[in-house]
Amino acid sequence: MSGSRWQRFRAGVEEFYAGPYRATLRRARRDEDDLFRLVVLAEALGVPDPAAYWSAELLPATYAEFHDWHRRMGMERSPLDHVGCC
Amino acid sequence: MSSLWLLIIGLAMLAAGYLLYSRFLADRVYQLDRAYPTPAHEMNDGVDFVPTNKFVLWGHHFTSVAGAAPIVGPAVAVIWGWLPAFLWVTLGTVFFAGMHDLGALWASSRNRGRSMGMLSGRYIGARGRNLFLVVIFLLLLMVVAAFAVVIKDLLIATPTAVIPTWGAIAVAAVVGQMIYRWRMNLLLTTVIGVTALYSLILLGDAYPIELGESTLGMSPATFWIVTLFVYAGIASLLPVWVLLQPRDYINGVQLFVGLALRYGATLVSAPDLVAPAINDNVPDGTPSLVPLLFVTIACGAISGFHGMVSSGTSSKQLDKETDARFVGYFGAIGEGLLALGAIIAATAGYRTLADWEAVYTEFNAGGVTAFVDGGGAILNAGLGIPVGLSSTILATMAVLFAATTMDTGVRLQRFVVQEIGEVLGARIDKYAGTAIVLAVALGLTFSAGAGGEGGMRIWPLFGTTNQLLASLTLSIVAVILIRKRRNPLPALVPLVFVFVMSFYAAIVQLGTLRDNGDWLLLGIDAVIIVAAVWVALEAGLAMRRARNEPAEDDDADRHVALEESAQR
Repeated sequence: MSGSRWQRFRAGVEEFYAGPYRATLRRARRDEDDLFRLVVLAEALGVPDPAAYWSAELLPATYAEFHDWHRRMGMERSPLDHVGCC
Repeated sequence: MSSLWLLIIGLAMLAAGYLLYSRFLADRVYQLDRAYPTPAHEMNDGVDFVPTNKFVLWGHHFTSVAGAAPIVGPAVAVIWGWLPAFLWVTLGTVFFAGMHDLGALWASSRNRGRSMGMLSGRYIGARGRNLFLVVIFLLLLMVVAAFAVVIKDLLIATPTAVIPTWGAIAVAAVVGQMIYRWRMNLLLTTVIGVTALYSLILLGDAYPIELGESTLGMSPATFWIVTLFVYAGIASLLPVWVLLQPRDYINGVQLFVGLALRYGATLVSAPDLVAPAINDNVPDGTPSLVPLLFVTIACGAISGFHGMVSSGTSSKQLDKETDARFVGYFGAIGEGLLALGAIIAATAGYRTLADWEAVYTEFNAGGVTAFVDGGGAILNAGLGIPVGLSSTILATMAVLFAATTMDTGVRLQRFVVQEIGEVLGARIDKYAGTAIVLAVALGLTFSAGAGGEGGMRIWPLFGTTNQLLASLTLSIVAVILIRKRRNPLPALVPLVFVFVMSFYAAIVQLGTLRDNGDWLLLGIDAVIIVAAVWVALEAGLAMRRARNEPAEDDDADRHVALEESAQR
């Protein structure tokens, strides 16, 4: 059996394992990320956060997904003045 | 008559169905277009919408639709003789199930991969969606209750299956860890997992476990049912990668192993069919063949549940529209093969007619136990596996199929409960949702006795609901065909037949359930009848509208889809 056919077979079996649950796992991970984002953004959103001094450092990491996040959370417009994503 | 002939004729019919009828459907009726941009390409998001190799997609599709139901149904239905069950399974697969599954897949892929429930909104009307929710709720409720009874029966009748059945949970949990924690190679993991499962089967065969008269103050039947629901509750709450995913995977592998074993053994041993072709000596109390045969065998001949998998899941992964023929139609054929194997096991696995009649003493008496015993004898004759071990293998397989449907069913039912809660304005968390599901399903199971004795009376009712769901899907397909001015007969004829039979069966069961004093099931049956009338009305109206509307051009779906995405 040629190497590429074997590779394709392996890829097929892996897809057979992962495919049906990909969406569920992705959603679970997104929920976790959302929670993390909420913690990091807490201070900016007006929730006193004793760890703000440290979590502020992580703020830039949340910006990439910020727009999708606030829309997912039911806020049409950006809730933060200094982040003008929409 | 030798079962080999039955096997060959059956395979020839299914093959002809795939080669001829599915080609006719694909070319003339659905007019599948190789160049049509499928939702998987149009909306590829790497999660739900992923163009998938057609063989892999068929594997997903087939293993999601196939399970214990195409085994239980035929094994119960051979009480009327093997011929009616055989004809309904083969003709049903070719003209009903294949048509229905392919149609659902096509309809969904032409509508951005949306589910049948959403499609009924577009083609039947807003009430159509609520109707779908009601029918799906009933279907999930009954499948969970019925499978709890099926598993309980198997565990009591085949005590050697107890260790592998419960051990399989540990195997699946370890497989999940091997893949996600330890990042092990999947093929190696598969080999280890399957070897572990078969070692457990050997172990279980050596150490049968029979519960005493009273386990924790419960009879064995009650104890197993309660334990199964506790398991299903816990399993449905765990993150899916821990248990459900590896369990589904190993089961998928098992499905192929099981099919190969059964067909291999039948080919080699060619046992005689001891049961009569048509049983004119049915035990007292057996309901009439028409209409009950057509709801006793749902999965394996036509099953509305397939439409749920076709639409909303498989349709989002079609690489080319023409792949729908293989994925949808051949998926139905796979299930037909399972059902055909079950018929042979339950009718050719006994030595004499008297032996067979001793098992099928009343309606619902033989069932899956007959499949295990008969199939065990065939495996023994064909492959030389000892009878006890063969039965253990088949019982374990049947239990695993049923158990994975149970835990997934509880999980899906929880989402439905949460959705209903939202409609009513209450927030139901996942624990409360699961508790509600378990309480209702346990209540239903025990409504027919503390040992679930009458639990199998749910079975025809489950089939009836399943056929009702199929009728809904076929109505949608028919409406689409009428709108496009194509020949709707391939959908209309099965639709009318399935609907009339399931409606008739629902009426007949009113009497049976009243005689048995099964008030809860009687109430559910009444709801089913109301839902059926509702389906007929809505479908009739929708079809009349479709006929009076101007014809829709072939690209209409695409325009609607593009307009909708533009509005967003």
